[in-house]
Amino acid sequence: MKFKLFLSLLFSALILFSNIAFSASPKTLVFSAIPDQDETRLKQRFGDVAKYLEKQLGIPVKYVPVKSYAAVVTAFRNDQIQLAWFGGLSGVQARLKVPGSQAIAQGVEDPKFHTYIIANHSTGLKASDEFPKGVAGKTFTFGSKGSTSGRLMPQYYIEKNMGDKVDNVFKRVGFSGNHSKTIALVQSGAYEVGAVNFKVWEKEVEEGKVDTKKVSLIWKTPAYPDYQWTIRGDVDKAWGKGFSDKVKAALIDLKDPDLLGRFPRSGFIEAKNADFQPILDTAKSIGIID
Amino acid sequence: MDSVYKHSPSWKVSWLFVLLAGFSLFFSDIEIISLEPWQELKRLFMGLLTPDWSNLSEIGEAFLQTLSFAILGVAGGSLIGFLLAQIFHWRWIQVTCAFIRAIHELFWALIFLQIFGLHPLTGLLAIGLPYAATFAKVYAEILEEGDRSALQAVSRDASRVSTFFYARLPDLWQHFKTYTSYRLECGLRSSAILGFVGLPTLGYTLSSAFMEGHYSVVWALLLLFYLLIATIRYWVRPALLPVYIIAAPFIIANDSTISFDNVQRFFTEDIIPAPILRGDSLSESWHWLSDLLLNQALPGIVNTVILTQIALVASGVLTLLFFPLISTHFFKPAGRTIGHVLLVILRTTPEYILAYILLQLWGPSMLPAIVALALHNGAIIGHLIGRYSIEVQLRVDASRGLNRYFYELLPRLYGQFLAFLFYRWEIIMRESAILGILGIATLGFYIDSSIQELHFDKAMILIFITALLNVLVDSLSRYLRGKLRLRTNVDCRARNDYCTAKE
Repeated sequence: MKFKLFLSLLFSALILFSNIAFSASPKTLVFSAIPDQDETRLKQRFGDVAKYLEKQLGIPVKYVPVKSYAAVVTAFRNDQIQLAWFGGLSGVQARLKVPGSQAIAQGVEDPKFHTYIIANHSTGLKASDEFPKGVAGKTFTFGSKGSTSGRLMPQYYIEKNMGDKVDNVFKRVGFSGNHSKTIALVQSGAYEVGAVNFKVWEKEVEEGKVDTKKVSLIWKTPAYPDYQWTIRGDVDKAWGKGFSDKVKAALIDLKDPDLLGRFPRSGFIEAKNADFQPILDTAKSIGIID
Repeated sequence: MDSVYKHSPSWKVSWLFVLLAGFSLFFSDIEIISLEPWQELKRLFMGLLTPDWSNLSEIGEAFLQTLSFAILGVAGGSLIGFLLAQIFHWRWIQVTCAFIRAIHELFWALIFLQIFGLHPLTGLLAIGLPYAATFAKVYAEILEEGDRSALQAVSRDASRVSTFFYARLPDLWQHFKTYTSYRLECGLRSSAILGFVGLPTLGYTLSSAFMEGHYSVVWALLLLFYLLIATIRYWVRPALLPVYIIAAPFIIANDSTISFDNVQRFFTEDIIPAPILRGDSLSESWHWLSDLLLNQALPGIVNTVILTQIALVASGVLTLLFFPLISTHFFKPAGRTIGHVLLVILRTTPEYILAYILLQLWGPSMLPAIVALALHNGAIIGHLIGRYSIEVQLRVDASRGLNRYFYELLPRLYGQFLAFLFYRWEIIMRESAILGILGIATLGFYIDSSIQELHFDKAMILIFITALLNVLVDSLSRYLRGKLRLRTNVDCRARNDYCTAKE
């Protein structure tokens, strides 16, 4: 009995490791995306994008869902994914960790991205061009801890305008996890004020998912660069010379409005690493990147 | 008071803990933040009436993954634990194991995620490593306390291996089996929870469904999970185990690879404190460290201790309320069945999931964490004490009702109750730390934040501090138990119960 058990254990260990050895040269291009909204629909959102890329590139392409922003960066660094739809901050972090990797494409909207500060109507805060200093003392939620539009930029602008750390400005600071959840929490009043990606807000308002009698936009941050596709530098070695240019072309050629709606963007344009310098500077100034 | 009567040490210690908890309550944050928490709770229970099985393939996949990680992790852990138990008298093995045990599976998962990424090894090690350390300790205890009389019949020329297999193992086999199968149940809970940090197990689907308020899916998952645990003795059979162990690697396999450069880089770069890596001056390094200690470790420790002390006393109070529910001294069989069902549900639901649910409903204050920890731990100890109470023989003319509770049973069971509660102390602290990942400002919050910001050096220091805190509480608990002479009779069943109480 004991011996059998031992044998089967040994056997299963062998299988596990042979599995590692055989898959040492990945032929499938694996990509992922930061889980920035409704997590139950991630596979649905990006599964079809994988099919599109497969058709354009002529190699197998697979999407893997990942639970957190940091995990996408880690997977990219570990070469478990070679291509990723990153936020501004996660992209900068990833490219710092993987020298040679390149930002290749961004959404048409991304060079001028915004964060919306939204508030529950019980606060009485109204939309304005000036930073709404009335947010002081309210409860406040960011999106994910690693988000650009849901954390980095709003924190920067709030601290700049209020002249104090967010922990001191607000009565309570939370992290909702993603943008859809931020909207839901501010709408239900669980938090009085929140910071949300403007594209997700506009999409959810358009789809009628937001009760604008309960929650509304009160302030918009100045523009900053955000999401981008980043690819590892060593993909040309694995799939042949010029591969990353092929991926770039396939992304910029993506015109299907249904697929673009998954991001949601109106199209993709070229991007380069230097475009995201402002994000790096901001991240350094608030201490997220040393 | 000038009285001849002196309070017992147990009495004093109990009140000391109650006072500490009351004092902590002043510094804790126990607000309900949501504006309409009850409406959300109503929606949650409506989901119970309409469980949604429509996405059966996804649910089935999540369960297969949960089972496979649990079975392989526990099997590997028990094998290594068994080997370690043979050399557990070495001091450094004991210390290493205590330290590994002090770090929660979820923290291990967060660490291994950085090393192996999405490879299944992440989940296997996250369960296997801390379980191996626990198995080593408990197996060693079983070996130590086992009956040695069979050894006298063994020839002196017999080798150590055959002596072990012929003279010791047959006698102890039942104990090993009971404890290992109990750990498999824990393994299932651990495996389910790993989904919260991104493994493809139950927690992944559950947290995603919860995030979007799909409560019907949440209940479908939870009901299946209860069923799985309730039927564990029917599907875990010695003859079937090899089949499971062979099948499981195929289920958890995915095509991600391990890069050894990465493993190396993790140890030589990622977790080396940034000032050392940059070659900062001593004063700059000190500034980095003191910033970490003062602004993250210290508030984290304070909140973890506050939450632990309140949850510990609340667990005790709930235990005292729960145990009569399943005791023959108070209820007829029909009433006891209801009690049993309630306690089974509460102790089967992992406290992390319980806290997660309450947190979604009430917002991220300490209140949901306290309630979750108290319900889960109260149900576990309540179940054990309830069983002990049944063995208490009362006189035919013994008082009834409250008098029976306070004058007959409680005094007889109180020592046992305190012993179990102190055993859970360290576990409650480990859980308090981990609940920070959900947004309560305990150590887990700061660890998770550091990891999300990719500052693994800071995360490792904070995890190290968390482990130290656990080891400290564990030895304090051992000291108190010794002082109060709480563990007096060690018969075989009591041992198993202690293991249950101790995980």
